[in-house]
Amino acid sequence: MLFFSYFKDLVGREVTVELKNDLAIRGTLHSVDQYLNIKLENTRVVDQDKYPHMLSVRNCFIRGSVVRYVQLPPEGVDIELLHDATRREARSG
Amino acid sequence: MSAGPGLESLVDQTISVITNDGRNIVGVLKGFDQATNIILDESHERVYSTKEGVQQLVLGLYIIRGDNISVVGELDEDLDSNLDLSKLRAHPLKPVIH
Repeated sequence: MLFFSYFKDLVGREVTVELKNDLAIRGTLHSVDQYLNIKLENTRVVDQDKYPHMLSVRNCFIRGSVVRYVQLPPEGVDIELLHDATRREARSG
Repeated sequence: MSAGPGLESLVDQTISVITNDGRNIVGVLKGFDQATNIILDESHERVYSTKEGVQQLVLGLYIIRGDNISVVGELDEDLDSNLDLSKLRAHPLKPVIH
């Protein structure tokens, strides 16, 4: 549940989601669910010349199971907070 | 649980689905469930190649199993009608490697 809560706090931020098929999609994080499915708004594919497959898509749903990385804005990452939260979760099992 | 990224808002809209094997299927979303299984009506596949423009294959009514879905995009009809698919050339998308 930790990363679910974590992503919920990032709603509204600009993120880049890299998929397991090498496609990278940048957009505003609209919502996230328990499976870490992600909905992005105002999306654009990072390399549009190579991947014109989503040229007419501005809002999209990305299945959590195909996400490789989510690139976050540096100001959206509070390392201390994450450290504490991960330790707490590790203790409680 | 609070409103997550469900597909409710896309029902009866034209969507573009990218599957794990790299196919791109466009159709009208008729239904879905928690596993992202999807029912698409009036669907067609858009086949990308570097040799010729995008080919469209008519598929009709399709159910796509959620396991095999990567991305569901809301197709902007204006943007899409301005797109000249016959001039678009690209490699097909790579399959997802878990």
